[in-house]
Amino acid sequence: MNLHEFQAKHIFSQFGIPIPRGFVARSAAEARSAAEELGGSVQVVKAQVHAGGRGKAGGVKLAKSLDEVTEYTEAMLGTRLVTHQTDDHGMPINAVMIEEGLDIAREIYLGALVDRASKRVVFMGSAAGGMDIEEVAATEPEKIVTVRVNPVAGLQPYQCRQMGFALGLTPAQIKQLTQIMKGLYRCFEERDLSLIEINPLIVTSDDTLLALDAKINVDDNAIEVNRQAEIADMRDLSQEDETEVQAAEHGLNYITLDGNIGCMVNGAGLAMATMDVIKLHGGEPANFLDVGGGTNKERVTEAFKIISASPDVQGILVNIFGGIVRCDMIAEGVIAAVKEVGVNVPVVVRLEGTNVEQGKQLLAESGLDIIPADDLTDGADKVVGAVSA
Amino acid sequence: MSILVDKHTKVIVQGFTGKQGTFHAEQCIAYGTNIVGGTTPGRGGETHLDRPVFNTVRDAVDGTGADASMIYVPAAFAADAILEAAEAGIKVIACITEGIPVLDMLKVKAALDFYDATLIGPNCPGIITPDQCKIGIMPGHIHKAGSIGIVSRSGTLTYEAVKQTTDIGMGQSTCVGIGGDPIQGMSFIDVISRFEADRHTKGIVMVGEIGGTAEEEAAEYIQANVRKPVIAYIAGVTAPAGKRMGHAGAIISGGKGTAADKFGALERAGVATVRSPAEIGQRVSDAFTG
Repeated sequence: MNLHEFQAKHIFSQFGIPIPRGFVARSAAEARSAAEELGGSVQVVKAQVHAGGRGKAGGVKLAKSLDEVTEYTEAMLGTRLVTHQTDDHGMPINAVMIEEGLDIAREIYLGALVDRASKRVVFMGSAAGGMDIEEVAATEPEKIVTVRVNPVAGLQPYQCRQMGFALGLTPAQIKQLTQIMKGLYRCFEERDLSLIEINPLIVTSDDTLLALDAKINVDDNAIEVNRQAEIADMRDLSQEDETEVQAAEHGLNYITLDGNIGCMVNGAGLAMATMDVIKLHGGEPANFLDVGGGTNKERVTEAFKIISASPDVQGILVNIFGGIVRCDMIAEGVIAAVKEVGVNVPVVVRLEGTNVEQGKQLLAESGLDIIPADDLTDGADKVVGAVSA
Repeated sequence: MSILVDKHTKVIVQGFTGKQGTFHAEQCIAYGTNIVGGTTPGRGGETHLDRPVFNTVRDAVDGTGADASMIYVPAAFAADAILEAAEAGIKVIACITEGIPVLDMLKVKAALDFYDATLIGPNCPGIITPDQCKIGIMPGHIHKAGSIGIVSRSGTLTYEAVKQTTDIGMGQSTCVGIGGDPIQGMSFIDVISRFEADRHTKGIVMVGEIGGTAEEEAAEYIQANVRKPVIAYIAGVTAPAGKRMGHAGAIISGGKGTAADKFGALERAGVATVRSPAEIGQRVSDAFTG
């Protein structure tokens, strides 16, 4: 789960990580009074969306007067921000942050994530702050400094010093960096994060380190087991795909893609494989959909509703390998869904595994226009053929 | 005939009396697995499925001589269950539970270095040596005792590979589902090295997916150490970057972990790859007749 910048900064402040003075605003009036409260000659208006690349996309503006604060806020609120990290549709701006303008001497990148290869939390730093860090990683990997944290010992001060010296900070700045990194690590552990990123971490002209931006990604599993209640409440559904949210409510794992062949599969690996085979046979999958290992008739029906609701879908491939799930139960679900939803595109069904014969028989006797397939190859062939026909 | 588990393996079930634990323990017993009991804290002394229930894994090991465990406890308590099993001396721990917080697994992984225990999973179908021992949720009837070792990150996709190797008559020595999480117990390399050393395993099927670099690491290992034929499939060629494909570990981030990278690494290592999972059986067959 992603957090907004203002939410991440709220959490930063709980862990002693210094941030600029600022307020969140949901109207131009709120923005203006926030700017009044902050004072100073310059304020920054920042669109709050779950996407990076806001600056280049016009989502961060320097305001030199209260009128400009009002003007920029009005121009942002209620619109959608398209950045290189969003789709063409962009993300809705429902809030902005108003922050004090600061005199920036240096910009640094600092982040931490769970590194799968080393099975450690790894801190990454780069003197090239404010840049797209993935770009730096790809083109100049030697400019990224990493330290790996042993989960038993935790983050050690020498590791923070190592980072600080490598980034060319002064001893006084390294003391501040050490406090920031210790705060980040504690935050990472206590809040079950999977990614934390400060880009940029700034050094002001009076030698103070501050987190100018804040990005936090929380481990969904930790939210699922109810141990991050405060963070769970911060979820902003307006920043998520509506269909994906609706699917998740029914225990379905759904992701929208660009093609025209809807897929319904049990198991994440098999669902990906089914998409791949469709592509291999010249088609384009419209979605990823895993109905889960222990699925039931209702979920299958719901899955069908979601797939067939998309105007892009011109054919559907159902691919089930019944293990715990019985094929006859899946067949009943498909029949019920086709009847209830009134699917008017070709439906190809490939069943394999437990009770496969009963399942095939139910489909054959249903009187519905369902195209049976013998195996995955046959299924992909038939659905691609049906869509292009 | 197998790796890790066989007909002598004595298995306990953690989360024995729960709905999942009960259902799958029944299935395993019906398959012929030597399930010797299980644990549910607070219900020690009871009998469940004609087998003893214990309060702790320590009690269960003392009372039954169990050397393997199958874990079905909810995600919030799974890390605790894994460490309890390791501390009690269980040698093979298969954790079926999905949705364990990543930082829990990070600590478990580091702590397991202190024990002589092998963890399979979490978020996996488990392990099976056909006709001898099934520890997990896989459908037993599609398996056939034989000579192909199968290792996979995905559940139902494993069943595809199993059914096809059964259909061509070769069957399986052992099948290990290593699970779809970013931090896991056994890796591809851990399983493949055992298949290479097992004289009854003649060939290896490896099923990977997008995300991480485990397949690339396995490719390097195979090139240097494995003489048996390896057939590999990677799921997720069409998966877009930045989207989590069901499994917590199946995500292309920062341009790393694409299916193309993995296919490339495996092919450079001399592994036979297939672009469709439907071709696994045929390719295995080819490796032994060609």
